[in-house]
Amino acid sequence: MEEESDTRKINNSFLRDHNYATEADIISTVEFNSSGELLATGDKGGRVVVFQREQESKSQPQRRGEYNVYSTFQSHEPEFDYLKSLEIEEKINKIKWLPQQNAAYFLLSTNDKTVKLWKISERDKRPEGYNLKDDDGRIRDPSTITSLRVPVLQPMDLMVEATARRVFSNAHTYHINSISVNSDLQTYISTDDLRVNLWNLEITDRSFNIVDIKPANMEELTEVITSAEFHPQQCHTFAYSSSKGSIRLCDMREAALCDKHCKYFEEPEDPSTRSFFSEIISSISDVKFSHNGRYLMTRDYLTVKVWDLQMENKPLETYQVHDYLRGKLCSLYENDCIFDKFECVWNGSDSVIMTGSYNNFFRMFDRNTKRDVTLEASRENSKPRAILKPRKVCVGGKRRKDEISVDSLDFSKKILHTTWHPHENIIAVAATNNLYIFQDKVN
Amino acid sequence: MIHTMECAADAQSLISISLMKIHNSRTQRGGIKLHKNLLVSYVLRNARQVYVKEKYAEIYRMQQYEEVMTVCNEIQELNPLDLDAEDAGDEEQARAACCGEEASLCGSACHRGAAQPAAHARTASALFGCSPLEDGGKEPDPSYYRSCCMEAAPVPHCDQFPANGSTHCNITTVLDLDTHVVTTVENGYLHQDCCCCDALQCGQGAQSPAKKRKVEFGFCTSDGEEVSDLTSARKRAKREDCSYFHLDYTDTSNISNLISIFGSGFTGLLSRQADLEQICSKQVLASLGAWTRAIVAF
Repeated sequence: MEEESDTRKINNSFLRDHNYATEADIISTVEFNSSGELLATGDKGGRVVVFQREQESKSQPQRRGEYNVYSTFQSHEPEFDYLKSLEIEEKINKIKWLPQQNAAYFLLSTNDKTVKLWKISERDKRPEGYNLKDDDGRIRDPSTITSLRVPVLQPMDLMVEATARRVFSNAHTYHINSISVNSDLQTYISTDDLRVNLWNLEITDRSFNIVDIKPANMEELTEVITSAEFHPQQCHTFAYSSSKGSIRLCDMREAALCDKHCKYFEEPEDPSTRSFFSEIISSISDVKFSHNGRYLMTRDYLTVKVWDLQMENKPLETYQVHDYLRGKLCSLYENDCIFDKFECVWNGSDSVIMTGSYNNFFRMFDRNTKRDVTLEASRENSKPRAILKPRKVCVGGKRRKDEISVDSLDFSKKILHTTWHPHENIIAVAATNNLYIFQDKVN
Repeated sequence: MIHTMECAADAQSLISISLMKIHNSRTQRGGIKLHKNLLVSYVLRNARQVYVKEKYAEIYRMQQYEEVMTVCNEIQELNPLDLDAEDAGDEEQARAACCGEEASLCGSACHRGAAQPAAHARTASALFGCSPLEDGGKEPDPSYYRSCCMEAAPVPHCDQFPANGSTHCNITTVLDLDTHVVTTVENGYLHQDCCCCDALQCGQGAQSPAKKRKVEFGFCTSDGEEVSDLTSARKRAKREDCSYFHLDYTDTSNISNLISIFGSGFTGLLSRQADLEQICSKQVLASLGAWTRAIVAF
């Protein structure tokens, strides 16, 4: 069972009162950092909001470790490519944290074309007592200076500032869908529809293309890359998923160009379920290595699959997220919902996996007990600190009292982005423009 | 084998929707999304495969009825005043049925019988219902009705089209996807095979006063259906390929060609040559014309 803490709305109070969201406020990515102390969100308006966990205080044990806004900054702005005559959206597609190495925090954020490295640092002291300028910055007339003094650092209100340290641009013709930091902490990959590029975090004017699936004749295009991720421990291994439902594992030691995979994961299609939309629902929207590096998890439109890296011909486990949508694919195609890209996450111990669905539902699957639960992220249906009640979708026949029928599902309320604290049972769930943070119940 | 049952989606409407999505993606913020368009093209390919299969099945059935209808006509010519109340009732029903259809989909409704056996009867009679509805009350020539479909006669449910070829009495609203010009197009007959129709053709609807770019003698109409710029060159090439077509077709704008053109935009999806031959088959094309407009006219 999970307990809900305060929800945080990123838009301002005007919008909160009117209960609608501007498109710019729609959260497009969420990510905990490697310690779980910070939680970053990116939105369609190109902004990044970072939350920090409060120190647990003995005086208020029930408020253990809630997340408060730590820093907000504009990461990307809309741009216009004059040569191609197209607008580049400022929407943040992905945020990835770098492990902390000093007092400052670093994260990578990306839109469709440009990756940026941001440094987030605190300032709680400032120097005072300059000779040549006043405390408010005005230059003093040297003739008025009669004595010299040494500036001293005085405490000030905590200020968190974000500065763009690197900008990695002009390397992608197509839309960037993912970034992944290598375990060597020196390189990272950025992936678009057809290519994967390898960067050094220090060097912005050069990147190496390591995967290129663009055919010589674009008319022969049959699949695109949908996501890529480095192996959590092996700095030479990465995996990328495709729109055809396959995953390729590549070893960078084999060749400079990793077009030839060393492992190929694909489950043959079941011909009895063939439909107009078979290709769409088999397209993988997210791929994640487990923390222990032994498994891969993939999400397609209706299922989540766990793959053993040693077994390529079929997944180890398949979980149905919302199979009741199988009969509604036509309507979902018409309203574009079938193109929604759901993400999936592992918990810290790789025993539970989580992914989102519609109607602000999200699902958790326990790999050991094989139990699953559907929960809802909604303020109307649960009060802060109340225990979340499991939800159930009624597929057909008689609907029980608390069940919701498939036809009543709200497809505009979708949970695409979720993240799990690396060590504890704390999850963050983005529901359109709202961020929900759930914690395990305190006993 | 593709299961086509979900929510009564038929291949034609899926093709329409897909083409519209591709068209809209040109103006979406952020540029054309390669992934989404690739997936849409897969749906387009699947729908086209189903549609072509259905058309072939239809044509096969048409040929079966051809002989029956020939006999019907011969009998009917002996008794020209046999049109009775039952026929009139059928016409009423057809018009009522057509009332429920959106104007722009009227053409496609007329041809939608393929997958739904139950709708066949209505489809056939709807053919005649459509035109008068949208034409501001122009009454079809009774002799035309008689000759083209003897529903009261031995075959009570004239399957799909009258045996003498498909006739399209469509008046459809057409939206030019490039210039956004809306026109109302009144289409003439497609087939010339119907011997009884020869006289009528000059009379009723053969002229298409508002042709715009819609109907060209020959086929492969070039118009705003080209939702993808990169296919325009290909379309011209296809026009030459299909030149052996029956040149009497006044309305042979080839949505099938459009689809095969677009399909060949990702040639990995289909075997181009085989499909092209299928598509360019005379009979299949003959029946495709009207719902071409349906796709354009959103």
